[in-house]
Amino acid sequence: MSKLAYVREKEIPQSAPPITEVGIIKWLRENLFSSWLNSILTVLSLYFIFILLKDFIPWAYGAHWTTGSIRECYDVNPDVACFSVLTARWKQLLFGFYPPEEYWRPTLTFFLLILSIIPILFTRFVRFFWFSLLYPGLAIWLLWGGSIWSVAIIYFGLGLGFLSFLIMDSRLIRSASISLLAACLITVLFFMFLASFSAEMLSSLIPIYLPYVESLKFGGFTLSLIVGVTGIVASFPLGIVLALGRQSDLPLVKMICVGFIEFIRGVPLITLLFVASVLLNYFLPPGSNFDIVLRVIIMVTLFSAAYMAEVIRGGLAGLPVGQHEASAALGLTYWQSQRLIIMPQALKISIPGIVNTFIGLFKDTTLVSIISLMDPVGLASLIRADTKWNGIYWELYIAVGLMFFIFCFGMSQYSQYLERKLKTDN
Amino acid sequence: MSEQPNEREIDRSKMEVTDEIAIHISDMNKWFGNFHVLRDINLEVKRGERIVVCGPSGSGKSTLIRCINRLEEHQKGNITVDGTELTTDLKNIDKIRSEVGMVFQHFNLFPHLTTLENCTLAPIWVRETPQKEAEEIAMEMLKKVKIPEQAHKYPGQLSGGQQQRVAIARSLCMRPRIMLFDEPTSALDPEMIKEVLDTMIELAEEGMTMICVTHEMGFARQVANRVIFMDEGQIVEQNEPVEFFNNPKSDRTKLFLSQILGH
Ligand SMILES: Nc1ncnc2c1ncn2[C@@H]1O[C@H](COP(=O)(O)OP(=O)(O)OP(=O)(O)O)[C@@H](O)[C@H]1O
Ligand SMILES: [Mg+2]
Repeated sequence: MSKLAYVREKEIPQSAPPITEVGIIKWLRENLFSSWLNSILTVLSLYFIFILLKDFIPWAYGAHWTTGSIRECYDVNPDVACFSVLTARWKQLLFGFYPPEEYWRPTLTFFLLILSIIPILFTRFVRFFWFSLLYPGLAIWLLWGGSIWSVAIIYFGLGLGFLSFLIMDSRLIRSASISLLAACLITVLFFMFLASFSAEMLSSLIPIYLPYVESLKFGGFTLSLIVGVTGIVASFPLGIVLALGRQSDLPLVKMICVGFIEFIRGVPLITLLFVASVLLNYFLPPGSNFDIVLRVIIMVTLFSAAYMAEVIRGGLAGLPVGQHEASAALGLTYWQSQRLIIMPQALKISIPGIVNTFIGLFKDTTLVSIISLMDPVGLASLIRADTKWNGIYWELYIAVGLMFFIFCFGMSQYSQYLERKLKTDN
Repeated sequence: MSEQPNEREIDRSKMEVTDEIAIHISDMNKWFGNFHVLRDINLEVKRGERIVVCGPSGSGKSTLIRCINRLEEHQKGNITVDGTELTTDLKNIDKIRSEVGMVFQHFNLFPHLTTLENCTLAPIWVRETPQKEAEEIAMEMLKKVKIPEQAHKYPGQLSGGQQQRVAIARSLCMRPRIMLFDEPTSALDPEMIKEVLDTMIELAEEGMTMICVTHEMGFARQVANRVIFMDEGQIVEQNEPVEFFNNPKSDRTKLFLSQILGH
């Protein structure tokens, strides 16, 4: 028998790992003190956190919440926070100049918003998607008020167009493009000749009204959410269309999309907002009343759609050309292959960039304060101009920052959840 | 590149070449910019034929079969598939694409869909087959390529050989009358080549009309009824496999065969 040969005769039983390899000690060793450099960095970071919190915690912990003005705060203890300003003005920070007796409307709109995005965010609830479709109209009615029928008739018109498209496409004409044109025509005709008439008639028959609230009364976090959420919802499909247009084989379509994207990306958002608030008035017929909030929403939407388009284009470019070929070889049409094969993958690749753009858009809504709309930042300046609160800085901006942080952090967390969920390879 | 030993006898009972013309290509030319990739291609494929196309890299083999389902557009000459001529008419292109299955070197499965969804997608959207029926067909095809148990996995979780068999099943679900294969085994590890070739042999035994770009000469010997040799965008030589391998006529064919068979 050679010396190299060896056969195990006794099994070695499992035993517990040494104490340094388990639990907290192992974690500390591996993550915080794995080397000299690492240990020094750990100690430095701890010191840094300590400095930050050393002053902040007493400042925030002993804060005033109930005094009537910043003077009173200073008189009692000038070294702690004066959150009384939030106690006095939190409603304004949330609702702007919305009539106080109507606060329930934006509040309800907000909670319905949460309900309406659940079917979009979680596939489990997709059967409630009809509510997400219904929500925009409901929100417009709740926020601005007026007769419910003027909103309902818009839904009716769009539904009519959609139904006629479906019927023509599947039964009568069987050509998607002609059916689409005809359906658009029907919709336009409906809005031109029948819509306002039937809305008025229904309003007089079954009057369901909410008091009208004009856009200039909107403000605070309500305004940020209106502009932000609408911008996000509208810029996403627009961005997809622009990204596809940029890759199109049709030179004119391509030129328009590239021109649009490059123009928007080359111009600061503030400029666009000024255009929305001031310049547009010169071009519109005098006396026409083009809602300022709507104008801002349009500009913000166009702005982030251009960025969205570039993000999605990155995702499209990341797909192997074989995906296009395989779907073509199976006989799928261009739009089928975009919808079923290309976009799901391109969007999945682009999730981090898309959410980045969403977060950017949401924070950019604070720029509307420049054109004197009263978003939380605009309100903060306004409150500080009040003699009672003149001189207050941190307390207000911390509160505003925190509100934005909650939403942006939520979006970022959701995007990570989505990425994990959509992971199909391992 | 090697000759696969294959123990199984080929069942030739259904492998018969009919007189019906499946593909007719006449005087076809194609350029990529100034580069003349395909020159005066004339080829007639009868229903039931199994054709193997071989030739050096860059000789235009892929481009030729990709012209047949219009993944590439030819500039001169005609291609007629199953009686339908390939023109710029999108209707004809869609019709031909749904009749002609294609299997790619890199599988090109849809990674965001499960195996089953990969197979049911085109029947549902192109043929408007009801989902349940499409799933039944898909399971039948997955059984045929011997991986029904992988139906609910994603392509990223399968081995290369399994992925290529799914790709074949995906094509078969459209019930194509002609199958095109573009080097279906060249991206595979040696031990997986056989399982894919076996699937292709079974297809041939069922009488499928096939054009395979491949360097698997064992496969060519066993099932092909005709081998085509291409070089520099031209069909240089074609013959039945025994003659082609034992008695090549042109020098270019001889050189190619000596390189590929290694003697
Ligand atoms: N899209 C394209 N644009 C320009 N040239 C191309 C394109 N596709 C292929 N070619 C060129 O055309 C020639 C033929 O390509 P083809 O892919 O048909 O060769 P092949 O015989 O399949 O080679 P291989 O065995 O390497 O796959 C090659 O020289 C290639 O560089
Ligand atoms: Mg090739």
